[in-house]
Amino acid sequence: MKKLLKIYLTTIFLTLSIQNITYSAGENYPLLKQDWSFKSFFGTFDRSSLQRGYQVYTEVCASCHSLKYVSYRNLAEKGGPEFSIEQAKAIASNFEVTDGPNNDGEMFTRPAKLSDKFVMPYANDQEAKLSNGGAYPPDMSVLVKARAGGADYIYSVILGYEDPPEGMKLDDGVYYNKYMYGNKIKMPPQLYDDLVTYADGTPATPEQMAKDITTFLAWTAEPKLEERHKFGFRAIIYLVILTILVYFSMKRIWSRIETKV
Amino acid sequence: MSSHEYTPSSKFGKWFNDRLPLLTLANHLTDYPTPKNLNYWWTFGGILTFCLITQIITGLVLAMHYIAHADLAFGSVEHIMRDVNYGWLIRYVHANGASMFFLAVYIHIFRALYYGSYKSPREIIWIIGMLIYFLMMATAFLGYVLPWGQMSFWGATVITNLFSAIPLVGESITHWLWGGYSVDNPTLTRFFSLHYLFPFLILGLVILHIWALHVPGNNNPIGIDIKKPSNDTVPFHPYIVIKDIFALLIFLIIFAFFVFFSPNILGHSDNYIEANPLVTPAHIVPEWYLLPFYAILRSIPDKLLGVIAMFAAIFVLVILPWLDTSKVRSALFRPIYKQFYWFLVADVLILGYMGAMPAEGIYLLIARVATAYYFIHFLVILPILGRKERTLNVPLSITEPVLGGMPNPSMAKAKSDKLKINSLG
Repeated sequence: MKKLLKIYLTTIFLTLSIQNITYSAGENYPLLKQDWSFKSFFGTFDRSSLQRGYQVYTEVCASCHSLKYVSYRNLAEKGGPEFSIEQAKAIASNFEVTDGPNNDGEMFTRPAKLSDKFVMPYANDQEAKLSNGGAYPPDMSVLVKARAGGADYIYSVILGYEDPPEGMKLDDGVYYNKYMYGNKIKMPPQLYDDLVTYADGTPATPEQMAKDITTFLAWTAEPKLEERHKFGFRAIIYLVILTILVYFSMKRIWSRIETKV
Repeated sequence: MSSHEYTPSSKFGKWFNDRLPLLTLANHLTDYPTPKNLNYWWTFGGILTFCLITQIITGLVLAMHYIAHADLAFGSVEHIMRDVNYGWLIRYVHANGASMFFLAVYIHIFRALYYGSYKSPREIIWIIGMLIYFLMMATAFLGYVLPWGQMSFWGATVITNLFSAIPLVGESITHWLWGGYSVDNPTLTRFFSLHYLFPFLILGLVILHIWALHVPGNNNPIGIDIKKPSNDTVPFHPYIVIKDIFALLIFLIIFAFFVFFSPNILGHSDNYIEANPLVTPAHIVPEWYLLPFYAILRSIPDKLLGVIAMFAAIFVLVILPWLDTSKVRSALFRPIYKQFYWFLVADVLILGYMGAMPAEGIYLLIARVATAYYFIHFLVILPILGRKERTLNVPLSITEPVLGGMPNPSMAKAKSDKLKINSLG
């Protein structure tokens, strides 16, 4: 029995260490670590940080980066920023979407509704590239899951702009970033003090904004995280109790014969 | 099948059973005499059956929401994660379930290697098992392509390109597999179709695997033939059933930790980037359970020979019953084999590690040595060892000749040592 557990744990440990090594290959600097509220077993999102993060997204990032898998209704859903339905409706109505064709065979624009996906900043990839010096600003819906290092990586890249080391030549429109893969990035540094004015009065330092937007993106990548943690906790408690009960019935059944289990 | 005749007690049962002997089958399965000294390593058969059924059921639901189209597949997976009721749960169970399936199958295979379960008269069980393992790898690979992320696309490109190494017809075969001149929509749709088919082939083979098992009956830790039914056996139900359930629950707790608390740790982050034929990822790595074979493939400088070596690595397992010439099954009575066994375990782990590393410098060198050792183990060491090794005395039955009726030979040995010391004192 103990042996069984030992081999399980060893195997899992080995698997994970292989995986981690794969991931860390190519990193130059240790990432800036944050104490994310959503990381632990019972982790939940910081609601006000999510709301501030949405503000940073919509005022800063949204001009280039899409969130094509997120709908306006998600903003009011449980486990997210939890804006009220009215707030979410008001947010949606700020955006114009193309709908149609109507009965005259014409496409038309209307204000976005809760059921609409987040409006994309560009009509297509080509336009996005053209507007950004040939670099495609990636969709941010699952960005946190799509980068080794996850939230810490995103946070680090946002704050990782520095002067290039001596001898490194950068082309026009290319910036040096300490944490970016290959250290070159086409996105200019974005955050400076008081770039946005937070409704709740939180001072808008670059670190604060980076933290908020990263939290927001962690939510867009994993909108069911809180539900998952809650479900998981219950499932494991249930399994542990059932395992104990089954263990005792097993002992009882096997006690009929003189063999140990 | 079981030696005694079974007659249903009810009249209807008898009528039905005469026409379709399902009740006889059920009776056989519950009464099935099982060695009573089976340890927890023997619970993985049941765990694997559970894994297969879980994969089929979750897969069935995923297929209702998934769209096999190069432009829509990635988005449909996000739709499952966001909009389908408990879609996140179903997908994470399916994705992590594949890893747990392989974790269990590796333990199951290495258990068979340790206790010599592949030896006569169980060769067919073993070969069917290897077929299942091979199909599992194919199914897992096909499934990994379906979300159409970067690793899906480039993994598919690398693996399908292996076939182009075949002389003369290689390129045609590759184009035929792709349904075009590169991995594209036709590749995705056929992979989906095959990914749906293979689990049912596996299920069929699993039934044959169990059927073949029920002819000679289970091997056991001592690796001796036992009389069935006898003092050495217990009926499958309830003794083995309850033990299997207990082990399954422990397994499920670990499974649940992955699903609920780190569902993406076993996957590659690049697979959350939608497939892009114009951008190649920095490192293309397969899922962890294929890494040892990937290491073997890359350690051979020639492409064709690499592919041959990779398939040969599985083929030596298929012919293992004839490579291992020892008459004694269990490693408990084969002191030298036992050491080589652990060398092999270490070797496979090293290969897995090297598969995750870039194929260059010291990594490549180690991978080559480990690949060579892998084949030497099966093709040189095992045939010779079987003839030369001095094995320990094997008990005649599980209960009787073992001192104090201890079913566990190591315990029996400890006890016999103690007795000796006592008698000396």
